[in-house]
Amino acid sequence: MNGYEWMFAGIALAAGISGALVVSSRNVVHAALFLVATLGSVAALFLLLGAEFVGWTQILIYVGAIVVLLLFGIMLTRAPMGRMALDNPNRGIAFVVAAGTFGVLTWLIWDAFGDERIPLKSVVQTKDIGKSLFDKFVLPFEAISVLLLAALVGAIVLARRD
Amino acid sequence: MNLALVLTLGALLFSIGIYGVLARRNAVLVLMSIELMLNAVNINLVAFGAWFQDKLAVGQIFALFVIAVAAAEVGIGLAIVLMIFRNRETINLDEVDLLKW
Repeated sequence: MNGYEWMFAGIALAAGISGALVVSSRNVVHAALFLVATLGSVAALFLLLGAEFVGWTQILIYVGAIVVLLLFGIMLTRAPMGRMALDNPNRGIAFVVAAGTFGVLTWLIWDAFGDERIPLKSVVQTKDIGKSLFDKFVLPFEAISVLLLAALVGAIVLARRD
Repeated sequence: MNLALVLTLGALLFSIGIYGVLARRNAVLVLMSIELMLNAVNINLVAFGAWFQDKLAVGQIFALFVIAVAAAEVGIGLAIVLMIFRNRETINLDEVDLLKW
Protein backbone atom coordinates (compact mmCIF):
# COMPACT_ATOMS: atom_id res chain seq x y z
CA MET A 1 0.00 0.00 0.00
CA ASN A 2 1.34 3.43 -0.90
CA GLY A 3 0.59 6.77 0.71
CA TYR A 4 -2.52 7.44 -1.36
CA GLU A 5 -4.03 4.13 -0.34
CA TRP A 6 -3.35 4.70 3.36
CA MET A 7 -5.02 8.10 3.09
CA PHE A 8 -7.94 6.56 1.25
CA ALA A 9 -8.29 3.90 3.95
CA GLY A 10 -8.49 6.60 6.64
CA ILE A 11 -11.01 8.65 4.66
CA ALA A 12 -13.16 5.61 3.89
CA LEU A 13 -13.15 4.54 7.55
CA ALA A 14 -14.18 8.03 8.72
CA ALA A 15 -16.88 8.35 6.04
CA GLY A 16 -18.31 4.88 6.67
CA ILE A 17 -18.43 5.16 10.46
CA SER A 18 -19.88 8.67 10.54
CA GLY A 19 -22.33 7.77 7.75
CA ALA A 20 -23.58 4.78 9.76
CA LEU A 21 -23.94 7.06 12.80
CA VAL A 22 -26.03 9.52 10.74
CA VAL A 23 -28.69 6.89 10.18
CA SER A 24 -28.48 5.27 13.62
CA SER A 25 -28.01 8.20 16.01
CA ARG A 26 -30.84 8.76 18.50
CA ASN A 27 -30.41 12.52 18.62
CA VAL A 28 -31.34 14.56 15.56
CA VAL A 29 -28.69 17.23 16.15
CA HIS A 30 -25.99 14.58 16.58
CA ALA A 31 -27.11 13.05 13.27
CA ALA A 32 -26.62 16.43 11.58
CA LEU A 33 -23.14 16.78 13.08
CA PHE A 34 -22.18 13.27 11.95
CA LEU A 35 -23.45 14.29 8.50
CA VAL A 36 -20.89 17.12 8.61
CA ALA A 37 -18.15 14.56 9.33
CA THR A 38 -19.29 12.32 6.46
CA LEU A 39 -19.47 15.18 3.97
CA GLY A 40 -16.07 16.46 5.10
CA SER A 41 -14.53 13.02 4.56
CA VAL A 42 -16.03 12.89 1.08
CA ALA A 43 -14.57 16.35 0.38
CA ALA A 44 -11.15 15.03 1.44
CA LEU A 45 -11.64 12.11 -0.95
CA PHE A 46 -12.38 14.57 -3.77
CA LEU A 47 -9.15 16.43 -2.99
CA LEU A 48 -7.28 13.10 -2.97
CA LEU A 49 -8.69 12.27 -6.41
CA GLY A 50 -7.41 15.58 -7.78
CA ALA A 51 -10.80 17.31 -7.94
CA GLU A 52 -9.87 20.43 -6.05
CA PHE A 53 -12.74 22.70 -7.10
CA VAL A 54 -15.38 20.04 -6.40
CA GLY A 55 -13.78 19.32 -3.02
CA TRP A 56 -13.93 22.93 -1.84
CA THR A 57 -17.39 23.39 -3.35
CA GLN A 58 -18.49 20.37 -1.34
CA ILE A 59 -17.25 22.04 1.85
CA LEU A 60 -18.87 25.37 0.94
CA ILE A 61 -22.25 24.13 -0.27
CA TYR A 62 -22.83 21.00 1.79
CA VAL A 63 -21.16 21.77 5.09
CA GLY A 64 -21.68 25.51 4.88
CA ALA A 65 -25.18 25.74 3.47
CA ILE A 66 -27.11 22.47 3.39
CA VAL A 67 -26.26 21.28 6.91
CA VAL A 68 -27.04 24.74 8.31
CA LEU A 69 -30.38 24.61 6.49
CA LEU A 70 -31.04 21.14 7.94
CA LEU A 71 -30.19 22.42 11.43
CA PHE A 72 -32.69 25.24 10.94
CA GLY A 73 -35.23 22.62 9.90
CA ILE A 74 -34.52 20.65 13.09
CA MET A 75 -34.85 23.76 15.25
CA LEU A 76 -38.09 24.95 13.64
CA THR A 77 -39.79 21.57 13.96
CA ARG A 78 -40.15 19.67 17.20
CA ALA A 79 -37.27 17.18 17.27
CA PRO A 80 -38.06 14.21 19.48
CA MET A 81 -35.33 12.00 20.93
CA GLY A 82 -35.06 8.25 21.23
CA ARG A 83 -35.16 5.33 18.89
CA MET A 84 -38.91 4.77 18.74
CA ALA A 85 -39.56 8.42 17.95
CA LEU A 86 -37.06 8.56 15.11
CA ASP A 87 -37.17 5.10 13.54
CA ASN A 88 -39.80 2.99 11.86
CA PRO A 89 -40.78 -0.38 13.27
CA ASN A 90 -39.70 -2.01 9.99
CA ARG A 91 -36.02 -1.29 10.54
CA GLY A 92 -35.10 -4.92 9.91
CA ILE A 93 -36.54 -4.95 6.40
CA ALA A 94 -34.74 -1.67 5.66
CA PHE A 95 -31.47 -3.20 6.81
CA VAL A 96 -31.99 -6.26 4.60
CA VAL A 97 -32.74 -4.05 1.58
CA ALA A 98 -29.68 -1.87 2.22
CA ALA A 99 -27.38 -4.85 2.75
CA GLY A 100 -28.72 -6.48 -0.42
CA THR A 101 -28.10 -3.31 -2.42
CA PHE A 102 -24.58 -3.04 -1.04
CA GLY A 103 -23.84 -6.70 -1.82
CA VAL A 104 -25.12 -6.53 -5.39
CA LEU A 105 -23.37 -3.21 -6.11
CA THR A 106 -20.06 -4.41 -4.65
CA TRP A 107 -20.16 -7.66 -6.61
CA LEU A 108 -20.97 -5.74 -9.81
CA ILE A 109 -18.22 -3.15 -9.24
CA TRP A 110 -15.50 -5.72 -8.54
CA ASP A 111 -16.66 -7.87 -11.45
CA ALA A 112 -16.51 -4.94 -13.89
CA PHE A 113 -13.66 -2.74 -12.60
CA GLY A 114 -11.75 -5.07 -10.29
CA ASP A 115 -8.29 -4.36 -11.69
CA GLU A 116 -8.60 -0.83 -13.07
CA ARG A 117 -6.26 1.75 -11.56
CA ILE A 118 -6.87 5.49 -11.14
CA PRO A 119 -3.74 7.27 -12.48
CA LEU A 120 -3.75 10.10 -9.83
CA LYS A 121 -1.10 11.98 -11.75
CA SER A 122 -2.76 15.33 -12.34
CA VAL A 123 -4.91 17.79 -10.43
CA VAL A 124 -7.77 19.28 -12.44
CA GLN A 125 -7.42 22.98 -11.80
CA THR A 126 -10.26 25.42 -11.33
CA LYS A 127 -9.17 27.13 -14.55
CA ASP A 128 -9.84 23.95 -16.54
CA ILE A 129 -13.23 23.46 -14.87
CA GLY A 130 -14.19 27.05 -15.73
CA LYS A 131 -13.08 26.72 -19.33
CA SER A 132 -15.01 23.50 -19.79
CA LEU A 133 -18.08 24.79 -17.95
CA PHE A 134 -18.38 28.02 -19.91
CA ASP A 135 -17.44 26.49 -23.25
CA LYS A 136 -19.15 23.14 -23.66
CA PHE A 137 -21.61 23.18 -20.79
CA VAL A 138 -23.05 26.70 -20.90
CA LEU A 139 -26.59 25.54 -21.59
CA PRO A 140 -26.84 23.10 -18.64
CA PHE A 141 -25.18 25.75 -16.47
CA GLU A 142 -27.84 28.30 -17.34
CA ALA A 143 -30.56 25.69 -16.87
CA ILE A 144 -29.25 24.93 -13.38
CA SER A 145 -29.22 28.67 -12.60
CA VAL A 146 -32.89 28.94 -13.56
CA LEU A 147 -33.60 25.80 -11.51
CA LEU A 148 -31.96 27.35 -8.44
CA LEU A 149 -33.93 30.57 -8.92
CA ALA A 150 -37.17 28.62 -9.26
CA ALA A 151 -36.34 26.61 -6.13
CA LEU A 152 -35.61 29.82 -4.22
CA VAL A 153 -38.92 31.40 -5.21
CA GLY A 154 -40.77 28.15 -4.56
CA ALA A 155 -39.26 27.74 -1.10
CA ILE A 156 -40.24 31.29 -0.14
CA VAL A 157 -43.78 30.80 -1.44
CA LEU A 158 -44.16 27.47 0.39
CA ALA A 159 -42.72 28.53 3.73
CA ARG A 160 -44.19 32.00 4.07
CA ARG A 161 -47.16 32.62 6.38
CA ASP A 162 -49.98 34.51 4.68
CA MET B 1 -5.14 3.57 -6.49
CA ASN B 2 -7.72 0.93 -7.30
CA LEU B 3 -10.86 2.33 -8.94
CA ALA B 4 -13.11 -0.36 -7.47
CA LEU B 5 -12.16 0.61 -3.90
CA VAL B 6 -13.45 4.16 -4.41
CA LEU B 7 -16.61 2.89 -6.11
CA THR B 8 -17.17 0.50 -3.19
CA LEU B 9 -17.07 3.44 -0.77
CA GLY B 10 -19.71 5.09 -2.97
CA ALA B 11 -21.84 1.94 -2.85
CA LEU B 12 -21.45 1.82 0.95
CA LEU B 13 -22.63 5.41 1.40
CA PHE B 14 -25.51 4.80 -1.03
CA SER B 15 -26.64 1.73 0.92
CA ILE B 16 -26.43 3.66 4.21
CA GLY B 17 -28.62 6.32 2.58
CA ILE B 18 -31.15 3.70 1.47
CA TYR B 19 -31.29 2.32 5.02
CA GLY B 20 -31.82 5.82 6.40
CA VAL B 21 -34.62 6.65 3.94
CA LEU B 22 -36.44 3.42 4.70
CA ALA B 23 -35.88 3.22 8.46
CA ARG B 24 -36.25 6.80 9.68
CA ARG B 25 -39.58 8.39 10.62
CA ASN B 26 -38.47 12.01 11.01
CA ALA B 27 -38.68 13.88 7.69
CA VAL B 28 -35.51 15.92 8.34
CA LEU B 29 -33.55 12.71 8.93
CA VAL B 30 -34.90 11.29 5.66
CA LEU B 31 -33.64 14.43 3.89
CA MET B 32 -30.20 13.86 5.46
CA SER B 33 -30.15 10.28 4.15
CA ILE B 34 -31.03 11.56 0.68
CA GLU B 35 -28.01 13.89 0.92
CA LEU B 36 -25.86 10.84 1.71
CA MET B 37 -27.15 9.07 -1.43
CA LEU B 38 -26.48 12.13 -3.62
CA ASN B 39 -22.96 12.31 -2.21
CA ALA B 40 -22.37 8.67 -3.10
CA VAL B 41 -23.30 9.52 -6.69
CA ASN B 42 -20.81 12.40 -6.62
CA ILE B 43 -18.06 10.02 -5.45
CA ASN B 44 -18.79 7.81 -8.45
CA LEU B 45 -18.75 10.75 -10.88
CA VAL B 46 -15.45 12.13 -9.59
CA ALA B 47 -13.82 8.68 -9.44
CA PHE B 48 -14.75 7.86 -13.02
CA GLY B 49 -13.60 11.33 -14.07
CA ALA B 50 -10.20 10.75 -12.45
CA TRP B 51 -10.03 7.35 -14.13
CA PHE B 52 -10.85 8.63 -17.65
CA GLN B 53 -8.54 11.69 -17.40
CA ASP B 54 -10.56 13.51 -20.06
CA LYS B 55 -9.77 17.04 -21.15
CA LEU B 56 -13.22 18.46 -20.37
CA ALA B 57 -13.41 17.11 -16.78
CA VAL B 58 -16.99 16.02 -17.43
CA GLY B 59 -17.21 13.94 -14.27
CA GLN B 60 -16.39 16.88 -12.02
CA ILE B 61 -18.75 19.20 -13.89
CA PHE B 62 -21.63 16.79 -13.45
CA ALA B 63 -20.73 16.45 -9.78
CA LEU B 64 -21.09 20.24 -9.53
CA PHE B 65 -24.52 20.02 -11.20
CA VAL B 66 -25.57 17.31 -8.74
CA ILE B 67 -24.45 19.54 -5.84
CA ALA B 68 -26.56 22.41 -7.21
CA VAL B 69 -29.60 20.16 -7.64
CA ALA B 70 -29.09 18.84 -4.09
CA ALA B 71 -29.10 22.40 -2.75
CA ALA B 72 -32.35 23.17 -4.58
CA GLU B 73 -33.86 19.89 -3.39
CA VAL B 74 -33.08 20.42 0.26
CA GLY B 75 -34.43 23.98 0.13
CA ILE B 76 -37.77 22.91 -1.31
CA GLY B 77 -37.89 19.80 0.88
CA LEU B 78 -37.41 21.76 4.09
CA ALA B 79 -40.04 24.31 3.02
CA ILE B 80 -42.51 21.45 2.52
CA VAL B 81 -41.51 19.90 5.87
CA LEU B 82 -42.06 23.22 7.63
CA MET B 83 -45.48 23.58 6.02
CA ILE B 84 -46.48 20.04 7.05
CA PHE B 85 -45.32 20.77 10.60
CA ARG B 86 -47.34 23.97 10.67
CA ASN B 87 -50.50 22.25 9.48
CA ARG B 88 -50.29 18.89 11.26
CA GLU B 89 -47.99 19.46 14.26
CA THR B 90 -45.86 16.45 13.32
CA ILE B 91 -43.22 15.52 10.75
CA ASN B 92 -43.33 11.79 11.37
CA LEU B 93 -43.72 10.42 7.89
CA ASP B 94 -45.99 7.53 8.87
CA GLU B 95 -48.47 9.96 10.44
CA VAL B 96 -48.65 12.13 7.33
CA ASP B 97 -51.10 9.87 5.47
CA LEU B 98 -53.50 12.42 4.03
CA LEU B 99 -53.30 10.96 0.52
CA LYS B 100 -53.70 7.38 1.71
CA TRP B 101 -57.18 5.88 1.32
